[in-house]
Amino acid sequence: MLAMKMRRDPTPSRWGYRYQRWMLSPVYRTLIKVGIPMTVAGLVTAAWLASPDNRATLVANYESLREAIEHRPEFMVTAVAIDGAEQRLSDEVREVLGLALPLSSFDFSLEELREKVEALNAVESATLRIKPGGVLQVHIVARTPVAVWRGDNGLHLIDAEGNFVTAIEARSDRADLPLIAGDGAEDHIAEAMALFAAATPVWDRVRGLVRMGERRWDLVLDRDQRIQLPEENPVRALERVIVMAQSQDLLERDVSVIDFRHSSRPTIRLNEQAAAEMRRINAAVSGTGN
Amino acid sequence: MRHLYEAQRAMRNMRQAAMQRGVVAILDIGSSKIACLVLRFDGPERFRESEGVGSLAGQSQFRVIGAATTRSRGVSFGEIEAVQEAERTIRTAVHAAQKMANVKVDHVIACFGGARPRSYGLDGRVEIDGQIVTDSDIGRVLAACDMPDIGEGREVLHAQPVNFALDHRSGLVDPRGQVGNELAADLHLLTVEGSAIHNLLHCIKRCDLELAGIASSAYVSGIASLVEDEQELGAACIDMGGGSTGLSIFMKKHMIYADSVRMGGDHVTKDISLGLQIPMATAERIKTFYGGVVATGMDDREMIEIGGDTGDWERDRRTVSRAELIGIMRPRVEEILEEIRARLDAAGFEHLPSQQIVLTGGASQIPGLDGLASRILGQQVRLGRPLRVQGLPQAATGPAFAAGVGLTLFAANPQDEWWDFEIPAERYPSRSLKRAVKWFKDNW
Repeated sequence: MLAMKMRRDPTPSRWGYRYQRWMLSPVYRTLIKVGIPMTVAGLVTAAWLASPDNRATLVANYESLREAIEHRPEFMVTAVAIDGAEQRLSDEVREVLGLALPLSSFDFSLEELREKVEALNAVESATLRIKPGGVLQVHIVARTPVAVWRGDNGLHLIDAEGNFVTAIEARSDRADLPLIAGDGAEDHIAEAMALFAAATPVWDRVRGLVRMGERRWDLVLDRDQRIQLPEENPVRALERVIVMAQSQDLLERDVSVIDFRHSSRPTIRLNEQAAAEMRRINAAVSGTGN
Repeated sequence: MRHLYEAQRAMRNMRQAAMQRGVVAILDIGSSKIACLVLRFDGPERFRESEGVGSLAGQSQFRVIGAATTRSRGVSFGEIEAVQEAERTIRTAVHAAQKMANVKVDHVIACFGGARPRSYGLDGRVEIDGQIVTDSDIGRVLAACDMPDIGEGREVLHAQPVNFALDHRSGLVDPRGQVGNELAADLHLLTVEGSAIHNLLHCIKRCDLELAGIASSAYVSGIASLVEDEQELGAACIDMGGGSTGLSIFMKKHMIYADSVRMGGDHVTKDISLGLQIPMATAERIKTFYGGVVATGMDDREMIEIGGDTGDWERDRRTVSRAELIGIMRPRVEEILEEIRARLDAAGFEHLPSQQIVLTGGASQIPGLDGLASRILGQQVRLGRPLRVQGLPQAATGPAFAAGVGLTLFAANPQDEWWDFEIPAERYPSRSLKRAVKWFKDNW
């Protein structure tokens, strides 16, 4: 039988025992495992950042890194493609965008650009996106003019909602569109269009529509003829005039104004010569009659 | 008395704090080993106000998460003798158990076996103020028990009410809420030498721990190894430890008597060491491997090498037959059992309805002990193992851990003690006023 060897005393020392108890209490354990490393890391960082050179280097590195990433070819915009607009409008859009290409896509905001483009009168709405390959695709829905509006500051094209599309130099530029004039006319484009549609039988004589007193329309024909339409239901009144014109050749006669403002009391004004002639005929008739 | 009440009250508060934290350590301070168990209280029943016995007899509410055992030094006869050494041993056990549990323990509940326990049966009776028994009546009746002269330098370890009687009805477990005129209580008082408690307190304080409870190991072994019907009908638990043998008698689920014999397994080892001229460590080993108390013809032929390390061939090659070993062990074991018999007789054990005797503790593992014990103590003897508790390592389920396991049960469900009830305040003026009012009411 082997001799029993004297074994080492298994008792932990007082401090060893206390250390174990400290390490087992959550506060100290967290402090030692998390608090102290984080404090040391924080102190080292603070000491390094205390020097201005280091800070400048850090900022410069950050900037150059950012620059390098932003100017990678994947993020560069090299061309602008515009569709849905004719040449003049697309030139205008290009000018409004004002991009000095090539440009990184981080340097501009598509939303701002879209607002800029939509601020143009001729543009109803615009969609911008960056297509793969560095192309800024601008899709434009242009406003379609339906009439020429003559105002104090020249001629403008106007669309069906009454928005100005663009200014034009001369009436002959868009001779295909009817002419509208008068204060407040732009707010009643739909009515005007209905009137023009009703006036199709006398289309070749129509000069334009004038808004009178911001409440009713006058249809102006050539030979200084003018059809005064009522405030209410002007299309129906115009149709009556057209019917009269077709059945009694009203418009071919020497009449200057056909007043339909009151539907139950239509009135016509003759030209001076015609009036004199009529007076003469009446006199003659009454003279013989007398 | 007053200071004892305060001290025990403080310990109860400490136990409450430990329950709040959910972690408490159990320390079984024995003469041959010190065991430390770390309990975690977080079972499903932690916050349940359960009436009666919960699932798994209420044991599911805690779990053993750390266990460590170490050879004890500085403890003899079940009491601390060398404070420094004992402190180091406690530190070793707590250190290892904490390491296993991976949690810091602040509160510890301890038990020890020795310190000459002495049992007293007290009784007190009071008139009940109203008609219904209240908590304060119980406090009053317990305070009315006349304190015996427990001797100089002794302290009360347990003071448990074991029986209540209301008028002519006795054997009440809980008289609160019952109607009666006169309440009587029987109190079981267990005192030990104060120096043992002071040494224990000192050691535990030196280990940076707080004492949250203290118990007699005879009592807690009984809790762990007696089954329910034995506790109910009457049984004695004999906890055969290394340095002392504890004895506790249970009746109606209460301990009614406890004592200890200052002899144990270490004395058997010492006899072997003396008789065979071998070191204690070898004697312990031989006792564990070959020990017994009943010799047969076969044992004459079984030779045991007892060895030695002197270098002298003759001495180092000695052998001894197993019969000789048994011949050394048996008288000492008989002596211990005779001593127990005497204590049982003194306690009047033969008057109990059931006289079951349960042997537990490390020294009860000697083969053939139950036969010898039944010859000395009576026919109803069995070997007891402690209850199984959750999470207890396999190595700590043997009878040597009866006190430790019993202490876990004690920690989880402590018995009501005298200091759990409010001591009646000396409110003499208000009482006399009340009495005057009562007199007026009765006479006018």
